[in-house]
Amino acid sequence: MNHTEMTAVAIADAVASGKLSAVEVAKAHFERVRALEPKIKAFVTLLEEDAMKRAAAVDAKRARGEKLGRLAGVPVALKDNILLEGVETTCSSKILKGYRAAYDATVVERMKAEDAVFIGKTNLDEFAMGSSTENSAFFKTANPWDTDRVPGGSSGGSAAAVAARMAPLALGSDTGGSIRQPASFCGVVGLKPTYGLVSRFGLIAFASSLDQIGPFARTTEDAALLLSVIGGHDARDTTSSLKTPGEALAGLKGQIKGLRIGLPKEYFIKGTDAEVEGAVLAAVETLKKLGAVVKDVSLPHSSYAVGSYYIVAPSEASSNLARFDGIRYGLSSPESKSLEEVYEATRGAGFGPEVKRRIMLGTYALSSGYYDAYYGKAQRVRTLIARDFDDVFREVDVLATPTAPTAAFKFGEKVDDPLAMYLSDVFTIPSNMAGNASISIPCGLTRLGLPIGLQLIGPAFSEGTLLRAAGALENASPFPKLNG
Amino acid sequence: MVVGLEVHCQLGTRTKLFCGCANDGFGMTANSRICPVCTGQPGVLPVLNKRAVELAFQAALALDCKLAATSIFARKNYFYPDLPKAYQISQYEEPFSQHGGLDTKLPDGSRKRVRIHRIHLEEDAGKLLHEIGSEELDYSLVDFNRSSVPLIEIVTEPDIRSSDEAYAYLTALKEVLQFVGVSRCDMEKGEMRCDANVSVMLAGSTKFGTRAEIKNVNSFKNVKDALEYEYRRQIEIIESGGTIKQETRLWDAVNMRTESMRSKEEAHDYRYFPDPDLVPLHADPVWVAKLKAALPELPEARRLRLASTFALSAYDAEVLTSEKTLSAYFDEAMSGRPKEFAKPLANLITTELLGRLNKEGKSIAESPVTPKMMASLVELTLNNTISSKGAKEVFAKAFETREDPKVLVEKLGLSQVLDEGQVKGWVSEALAANPQAAADLKSGKEAAAGRIVGAVMKLSKGKANPALVNKLIKEAVK
Ligand SMILES: [Zn+2]
Repeated sequence: MNHTEMTAVAIADAVASGKLSAVEVAKAHFERVRALEPKIKAFVTLLEEDAMKRAAAVDAKRARGEKLGRLAGVPVALKDNILLEGVETTCSSKILKGYRAAYDATVVERMKAEDAVFIGKTNLDEFAMGSSTENSAFFKTANPWDTDRVPGGSSGGSAAAVAARMAPLALGSDTGGSIRQPASFCGVVGLKPTYGLVSRFGLIAFASSLDQIGPFARTTEDAALLLSVIGGHDARDTTSSLKTPGEALAGLKGQIKGLRIGLPKEYFIKGTDAEVEGAVLAAVETLKKLGAVVKDVSLPHSSYAVGSYYIVAPSEASSNLARFDGIRYGLSSPESKSLEEVYEATRGAGFGPEVKRRIMLGTYALSSGYYDAYYGKAQRVRTLIARDFDDVFREVDVLATPTAPTAAFKFGEKVDDPLAMYLSDVFTIPSNMAGNASISIPCGLTRLGLPIGLQLIGPAFSEGTLLRAAGALENASPFPKLNG
Repeated sequence: MVVGLEVHCQLGTRTKLFCGCANDGFGMTANSRICPVCTGQPGVLPVLNKRAVELAFQAALALDCKLAATSIFARKNYFYPDLPKAYQISQYEEPFSQHGGLDTKLPDGSRKRVRIHRIHLEEDAGKLLHEIGSEELDYSLVDFNRSSVPLIEIVTEPDIRSSDEAYAYLTALKEVLQFVGVSRCDMEKGEMRCDANVSVMLAGSTKFGTRAEIKNVNSFKNVKDALEYEYRRQIEIIESGGTIKQETRLWDAVNMRTESMRSKEEAHDYRYFPDPDLVPLHADPVWVAKLKAALPELPEARRLRLASTFALSAYDAEVLTSEKTLSAYFDEAMSGRPKEFAKPLANLITTELLGRLNKEGKSIAESPVTPKMMASLVELTLNNTISSKGAKEVFAKAFETREDPKVLVEKLGLSQVLDEGQVKGWVSEALAANPQAAADLKSGKEAAAGRIVGAVMKLSKGKANPALVNKLIKEAVK
């Protein structure tokens, strides 16, 4: 069996027990990268040399008789907004081109401690703003299922890398669907953990109150493994929860008999592709056969989610991205004659149009005199959205919805229509606004052979339940596999 | 003159407000106290310093403020090269404390309560350098040692009516903050900085005039000068029929004037919003109670107590409160001692100790005579082992040799003779040797006693206890 076909769990077991060397595993993945990357372009930076060194170090550790970590020799791709010390971290933006991370993100530190092997940094929509990875300042990433189509976004590079089996695991970040939507487009598992379960220290902030780092994998078991490594309290992130990943993953194993599944009527609406809706309902039917109880429910404030998200996220972004000013690091403009010119030239040349659009939106929304009408109101709407979920989770354990209204669309199809692009996150945004847990898993293919994603949403710290339901579906009908 | 003051005060923590860097960067090599957090690297998050919150809360409690059950950190957004994140983490709509006041003693001896509007916690910015040594640069350098250093901003109500009142308030404020241990308030190091909101109001009126905010006033004397200048400037404008513009003005200490910095229209829109990286700060009542219990006695209360319980003079009470180290010295020497100790102790400290330290250019902390030595010196005078003159002599010697006063009394042979028989002998001898004085005394000329006392002291080499000598002379001539 080719090592690139293996799951992370299988690789870690084989490397830890000495059946397989980490170096062989890394080599196999870089061979695949060399074969596929020219077409897919998932990576902004490849770390072959570093990865081979790290893999050799893992093997040496085993040779010394030391116990290996839970990710022993497992190749992992990192979205290029997560800091890996000494390695260029760009957010796929010109403004950070050449910026070398001064420290490791907490998630990276934890993965290093478990002997993971980082193979590269993946492409994203600039500063994670977008739903197709077309907003990368460097290049577009192709969907491995159809290279004329987008991989989704903003974590498109990570989703594509895992789907194309260039890595069994990757990390992405999800602010309004940036893990789940590309997972859905690329036919892989993408988990957005509960806000606070995974430390944000070392994740370049887009919208601090919404951002969460989470795993991409090809199996639910692999996603659970990676979450168990990266999750848990971090003293460097005050907003991180005291809950352990073990607590969040409780209920991971076992049956789904009696599991109460809600179908929120606001998520089955006109505008959703019929094939997508059909596949989602078929998956729900499978869960029913396995013993789940299905019920129609309502989240009445769902329709306000996108609107309020596009106030909250840009507002926070306008402040978070202000530090890229050309003074201390990143792009700068040495020809500028005055301080204002430095700012204008740096930010004018450094940021792409979507980033500028959101900075302007956010700056406006926070302006004196508008704050209450926009940011204040959006935060109140957010409370209502969270209350909808609280109410509905008294009736059901999880919600089943489409992850996105459509399967992967073609390059250029929506890139010039921000509103159409924003709506591709209509089903994923509410979970960020409420801060709860959600996952996207493959649930079939369209007639054109494109993956369809099923989203399961659960209360905060219900990752175990979500993965148990996802795992039940995975067992009942294996996830579609990318050929080639 | 109507004045409200905004005082920024640096908290005396070991580390910065949101990172682990040392809070001691003043005068150190530029950028030697920095890390990814306080230089605004991508991906960093702030972690609130608990000690800073403790000190801030203690300052608020000492200034009679109410602590908010919950307060919120907010981002104040603006671009400047010394502000690495392009926002300052501060508090805006929900500061940690409000509604306090400071009793201020005015120059005429009267008292006035200056109300405190609010106190909030925030981080400092870095510092721009425009020259290296004396060489002027055509570019600027940034030093982030000061970036994210913890500050509290103390904002008064517009209660101050003269530059003298402003000076008195600042003096009282500094004293309290130093006493509580919140801050060293060293203005030369920028640990205490002041902005003033100034307007003028017609005598007898209750309507406030338009105010100007004066920035960059960095010594108490500057505050006085700036207020006087600004007052005259506004009066002149009004008297010549003009109107005051709401604006921010900068104090120019060299030319002794304020200059317009920006008008109200040019004022920044800071786009404040709650910092999503920090959770709300809850003031746990148990914790607050502990902090309150740990507050030292405040200067004003201390002065009153010293004067009333120990019957010290107002001057002594003032001196023994003026400095925290001196207060501690007095308290340590007094600890476990009876009340009668206070007065002679205060005398020795204010005259002998401070005089000598002053002469040698030493601080209290450097005093060779410890509080314990000082206490034993007082004990020796109170039990008549040595005279007050002897005490001065012992003190002087102890200051040089650091020897125990009890040992020194023996060494210097200064202990007084209290043995009646022995003193009686000297008295008889003195009377015999001075028949004229003895006769005068007997005939009721009391002034003659002095000569006999002098003779006794000569015979006893100064060791005879004066009170005993007087008593025995009286008995002998009866
Ligand atoms: Zn620091």
